[in-house]
Amino acid sequence: MHQIKSPQELREAAAEQKRQREAQQKAVLTVSAGTCGQARGSLDVIESLRKIVKEQSLEDRVEVKLTGCHGFCEAEPNIIIQPQNIFYQHVKPNDAAQIIEDTILNNQIIEKLLYKEPTSGKEAIKEEDISFYTKQNRLVLGDNALIEPTQLNEYFSIGGYLALAQVLEDMEPEEVITSILDAGLRGRGGAGFPTGRKWKLTRTVEADKKYIICNADEGDPGAYMDRSLMEGNPHRVLEGMIIGGYAIGADEGFVYIRDEYPLALKHITRAIEQAEEAGVLGENILGSSFSFKVNIVKGAGAFVCGEETALMRSIEGKVGEPRQRPPFPAVSGLWKRPTNINNVETWANVPLIILRGAQWYSEIGTEGSKGTKIFSLVGKINNTGLVEVPMGITLREIIYDIGGGIPGGKQFKAVQTGGPSGGCLPAEKLDLPIDYESLTQAGSIMGSGGMIVMDEDTCMVDVSKYFLNFLRDESCGKCLSCREGTQRMWEVVSDICDGNGKESDIQLLEELAVAVKDASMCGLGQTAANPVLSTLRYFREEYDAPIKDQRCPAGVCKALISYSIVAENCTGCMACLKACPEGAITGVLKEVHVLNQEKCIKCGACFEVCKFDAIKIE
Amino acid sequence: MNVELDKVKSFVDKHACDPSALIAILQDIQAEYNYLPRRALLVLSQMIKTSMVDIIGVATFYSAFSLEPRGEHTATVCMGTACHVRGGPKILEEFERNLGIESGHTTEDKQFSLETVACLGCCAIGPVVVVDGDYHAQVSIRKVEPILRKYQTKEKKDDAPN
Repeated sequence: MHQIKSPQELREAAAEQKRQREAQQKAVLTVSAGTCGQARGSLDVIESLRKIVKEQSLEDRVEVKLTGCHGFCEAEPNIIIQPQNIFYQHVKPNDAAQIIEDTILNNQIIEKLLYKEPTSGKEAIKEEDISFYTKQNRLVLGDNALIEPTQLNEYFSIGGYLALAQVLEDMEPEEVITSILDAGLRGRGGAGFPTGRKWKLTRTVEADKKYIICNADEGDPGAYMDRSLMEGNPHRVLEGMIIGGYAIGADEGFVYIRDEYPLALKHITRAIEQAEEAGVLGENILGSSFSFKVNIVKGAGAFVCGEETALMRSIEGKVGEPRQRPPFPAVSGLWKRPTNINNVETWANVPLIILRGAQWYSEIGTEGSKGTKIFSLVGKINNTGLVEVPMGITLREIIYDIGGGIPGGKQFKAVQTGGPSGGCLPAEKLDLPIDYESLTQAGSIMGSGGMIVMDEDTCMVDVSKYFLNFLRDESCGKCLSCREGTQRMWEVVSDICDGNGKESDIQLLEELAVAVKDASMCGLGQTAANPVLSTLRYFREEYDAPIKDQRCPAGVCKALISYSIVAENCTGCMACLKACPEGAITGVLKEVHVLNQEKCIKCGACFEVCKFDAIKIE
Repeated sequence: MNVELDKVKSFVDKHACDPSALIAILQDIQAEYNYLPRRALLVLSQMIKTSMVDIIGVATFYSAFSLEPRGEHTATVCMGTACHVRGGPKILEEFERNLGIESGHTTEDKQFSLETVACLGCCAIGPVVVVDGDYHAQVSIRKVEPILRKYQTKEKKDDAPN
């Protein structure tokens, strides 16, 4: 690609790409191929489709497009066929021939590939007919399904870098900041600090050099919207960063990305190269006096590096320990220079605000929380996936209308939001409108948008133990309160799970929680008690059962459960007998089997293989 | 493990002996040798004028690094919240039982290292296990042995004389 020398030239290039997109008459088969799509075989599907197109010389009529994640992870690998917008799910490589033959050449729908609503069983033909999509407002994530993320021209064809052109041509840096302030954009990475205020602060500090950082160290377990954006639309994140650099007066930026995201790393690396080649990044961007370069730094597997001061130390090549604030990064950040740090989703919102205006943006959402938020709806839920919804929507709408409810007719128990800093909310909070403040009041947080749904088979004490184990492992160890506090809380909760809990443990947990919160320096420690406190607040009876009655009602905590065979259901099929690694199950074909409790290690293999509900956990 | 000094030097040179590139250099060394050999770190220490204490400090702080040689294959079990509620811990136990090692360790024959990861961000297909970069979706207890066998047989095939 040749260097684009002016905003006007960029507008023309983008208009030409848009014209080509609209003029093309081909049927477009868009295959979702983010990391989870690929893990489910989407690349094989693409290969089969392309092979058939070639064999039948259909190149003039059909285009097979490889895009990032469409968000509907449950239906992977999925295909959207344009222009009709037909949605096929769970597509296999050997479906390719039929798709080309029936749907593309003969305009017929293939029923077996249609999505069926989990509750009504109704089939949906088009993307817009699927309840997973109808309540969403996919302003940020929607473009993933339109473009090949490795092609800059694709991004141009949907208006890519037009916001940058507008900023460089018509806007002073202060105007850009005012626009972000007026839009009401708040940080999407956790704390929800107003983005414009952060930018303004960094702009006003005088320094010889300033930095921009994109925090792509998406560490909250259960949250992966940033991965999806980096994989599926890396130029948009980059465009946001370049605009941010212009606004605060920085000439260099860093993308700090998790090492566990190889595809995202590949795509953002390629995007940077393409952007430099095209002249939208690098020296004298679009012929202006503004220059900006972007470097990539790979994380090395430390959760605490998602905290901004720890992240900056990690970029400097040091141990990722947080430090005391103030001074805030806006004043003294990376190599002691003013630094503005935002997360991936926040950056991806920036071009949208510039192009469509702060007024328009601020009309979406609630009083204090504007715009949309992407949540990763996972766990015990029918429609697992990334959902982008306007702020203010209720948990119930997300879980039941979009998520299709709980699989297997099970009861909803809790939804965990905000990762290890967040909390578990019970059924009585389902009608809570979601924004930064309401979640905090309810004892959880927005966090980066992880939303893990739990059903009756999830033990809340075990969940609490899970997060404490995570936190004691990830605590950097700098503050004693966090290092020892998370360890001690984990020990107490582990004792409860093992049936060795005492009634005084609850008070001890509450005291430890306050100490860890008050005496720790960074967000990790300050919020480390949230999973414990929220489960104590809403699920107290789940702590009482193991302490008072030596029971785990959900059937999870190993020390408190036993497996047994239900004689009336056992058909003597020998499946469990073969699956048992310890030889604890004996019996002969077509006769009720026997489980020897002394040999049983409670691995759950028998429960997993039994098709007749003949293994009981109690 | 035979550590070629020239190779280590080339990694350091690539980053212009910049101490702030320490993590990136360690990542390069680990990508080459599958762990951080002590001899490589000694060379690195001299070249970027950073003490071994600081280098080891960084290497042990970040979970991606290993100071011990790792196995031919690495199986990584996802311990994310979504995988956890879908039975991730049982999958890890099955791997531990099958390989006869605890997570974070390597089998005696140096075939497999077993690791855990906080979250791979593939929550829809949990429980997830990654072996040598291949993603295995919706792993159940029963699938563990076939997964391991797949890599073991591959190894044997590669070793077979032509």
